Amino acid sequence: MSAFLGAFLPPFIVQLVIILLKIAVVIAIGLLHVAYATYWERKVIGHMQVRLGPREVGPFGLLQPIADGVKLFFKEDIIPANADKPLFYLSPVIFFIAAISSLSVIPFFESFVIADINIGLLFLFAMSSLGAYGIVLSGWSSNSKYAFLGGLRSASQVISYEISMGLSLVGVMLMAGSLNLSDIVRAQHQYPTGMFAVPQFIGFFVFVVSAFAETNRLPFDLPEAESELVAGYFTEYSGFRFALFFLGEYTGMIIMSSISSICFLGGWTIPRFVTDLLPFLNYVPGILWFLLKVYCFMFFFYWVRATLPRYRYDQLMAIGWKLLIPLSLLNIVITAIVKIWFRGMA
Amino acid sequence: MEDIEQTEKTFETKELTISMGPQHPATHGVLRLLLTLAGENVVKCTPYVGYLHRGIEKLGENRTYLAALPLTDRLDYISSMNNNVGYVNAVEKLFGIEAPERAKFIRTIVAEMGRISSHIIWLGTHVLDIGATTPFLYAFREREVIMDLFEMLCGARLTVSYPRIGGVRNDISQEFLDELYDFVLDFPSKMDDYETLVTENRIWKDRTVGIGVISAEEAINWGLTGGTLRGSGVDYDVRKYAPYDAYDKVEFDVPVGTNGDCYDRYLVRMEEMRQANRIIRQCIEKLPAGPVMADAPKFTLPPKDMVLKDMEHLIHQFILITKGPTVPEGEVYMGTEVPKGELGFYFVSDGSGRPYRMRVRAPSYVHASVLPRLCEGGMIADVIANIGTIDIVLGECDR
Repeated sequence: MSAFLGAFLPPFIVQLVIILLKIAVVIAIGLLHVAYATYWERKVIGHMQVRLGPREVGPFGLLQPIADGVKLFFKEDIIPANADKPLFYLSPVIFFIAAISSLSVIPFFESFVIADINIGLLFLFAMSSLGAYGIVLSGWSSNSKYAFLGGLRSASQVISYEISMGLSLVGVMLMAGSLNLSDIVRAQHQYPTGMFAVPQFIGFFVFVVSAFAETNRLPFDLPEAESELVAGYFTEYSGFRFALFFLGEYTGMIIMSSISSICFLGGWTIPRFVTDLLPFLNYVPGILWFLLKVYCFMFFFYWVRATLPRYRYDQLMAIGWKLLIPLSLLNIVITAIVKIWFRGMA
Repeated sequence: MEDIEQTEKTFETKELTISMGPQHPATHGVLRLLLTLAGENVVKCTPYVGYLHRGIEKLGENRTYLAALPLTDRLDYISSMNNNVGYVNAVEKLFGIEAPERAKFIRTIVAEMGRISSHIIWLGTHVLDIGATTPFLYAFREREVIMDLFEMLCGARLTVSYPRIGGVRNDISQEFLDELYDFVLDFPSKMDDYETLVTENRIWKDRTVGIGVISAEEAINWGLTGGTLRGSGVDYDVRKYAPYDAYDKVEFDVPVGTNGDCYDRYLVRMEEMRQANRIIRQCIEKLPAGPVMADAPKFTLPPKDMVLKDMEHLIHQFILITKGPTVPEGEVYMGTEVPKGELGFYFVSDGSGRPYRMRVRAPSYVHASVLPRLCEGGMIADVIANIGTIDIVLGECDR
């Protein structure tokens, strides 16, 4: 396509068009995935809970997410009387933008990434921390006590688990020798097991637990614990502003699944010993492996939600600071020592 | 160091007062708790009740004994069968009549079915409040079977009004017994399902062990009854202590806890469900033949087909419905073990067909009063665990 366009356009415009096209494709497919993540969640949890889930709108209820979106779009946008209006307007947008812009650094398959920057992993952390601002500000600006408590809980939760999550990925960085997500995947492909989840099992465990806390999912959904805080930080939100929080949250889940797929499960590749054994698997496009891993991880999110109760606030903090952070620090030390030892042998 | 002192001077910290309820997902109806919070910690907790007050006691004084029965359905509306059984037992004690043996066994069966269905809702909502959604929906699957059986028995699912003063409304069919027996045989495996999901779950234990501890002595002083009391290790169950209906003819254990925390109360109620199942099974096996209404024409309505055929029976029915039965003067208290605790009915009779005073000792009301004792000093999340564990229904609390 670039050759075709290059025939009558200057090169920088061709580059721009291609980037814009990529962004459009990623956002469209990303949002579609987010919409159907809600559908699958309801279906999967429904069947786990001896129910059927949505089945009225469209065949097998497949149009349910679209109906939900349309409904939320046309709902009245209620703003509490004493709310801090600019912040109240802004916070769902911050939350959503932070979540969706994380998609820009994720390599979906070989050489398909919007921004192939060499600090990809840091960018993801930065964006997930920015998302916390959306939550805190929404809790503050709603001028509601429940939302306020939800916002406070979220602030402390995200800050604590950001640390353990960052530390859990340091082992991966050490093994790959890069922060670029595509390089991390390539390094994994070179590695005998093909996945960093095997040597980095401590890091993987810490990452998974932190991912649940970062995305406010059970058993760590305290910021929106409906039995305690009604709906937590978005208690006062309605209509499309609520939908933005909802979309942002599910985008966050997809981002976390993507990070785990890229950093621990080999991204778009599958281990080489598998392809040596079954050579025809080489012809399967990489995007399918990537999506398969993401879907499995998403299923795990649903499964846990259907199974576990919720932690209490102080227990959540204790797990973060007393268990996960020491574990991930230990993991870094072990990884570094093993790496230096191997280098010394070579 | 100076900076910190400076900051503390400029920022004044305040306690946060938050009104939890009457519309709140975790308050099981219309309970309102006024919480004073210091961060996440509860400094003060004040329950406000009365949002569901319908004046059931006063309404009962304006109706004949026979006509006040449906009011008791509306006390604890998720175990209306048990309230009915408690009411008719109290009135029978006042009248000095006794139900026939078969009716007593049937009442025991339906009361224990009511206990299972109530405990199942308690389990579902309690666990849901703590955050686990699946047991809640599993629980409603089993409750649905019991509701269907009630419907088969008397046509109503929720507000049953099935027992009658002097017996029960109608005899039970063989079909009902067969289906109930199938349920009884199947139920322990369903209990195992719940226990697998909840009992040994690490998070569940973290959330309930050592939460809302109340000692045996204190629990008695607060007037707690039922599973809430037995969780603290007090072996008190009206069914054992002062047996009514057929409870003296069946074998069952009264489970007691040791620590008096949320987890022990949970274990006690779970075991109570298994025991209730055991009681139903024995009752079905021992069910005697015979009539289901006492032969006491001064207090019980004549059979409907006779009323439609026969003048004397029609007059008899008319007198009983309009004037009410002629009751000996005096007063009577009768407590029965409902799923929530000891439900007592106290009647003062002035000899007319209507009670001079009808008083309901509602366990939920007593249990709601202990909430500040359990919640103060804990965290917000513990308030939720405590509301769930004392198992209150506001319909009964506010009456």
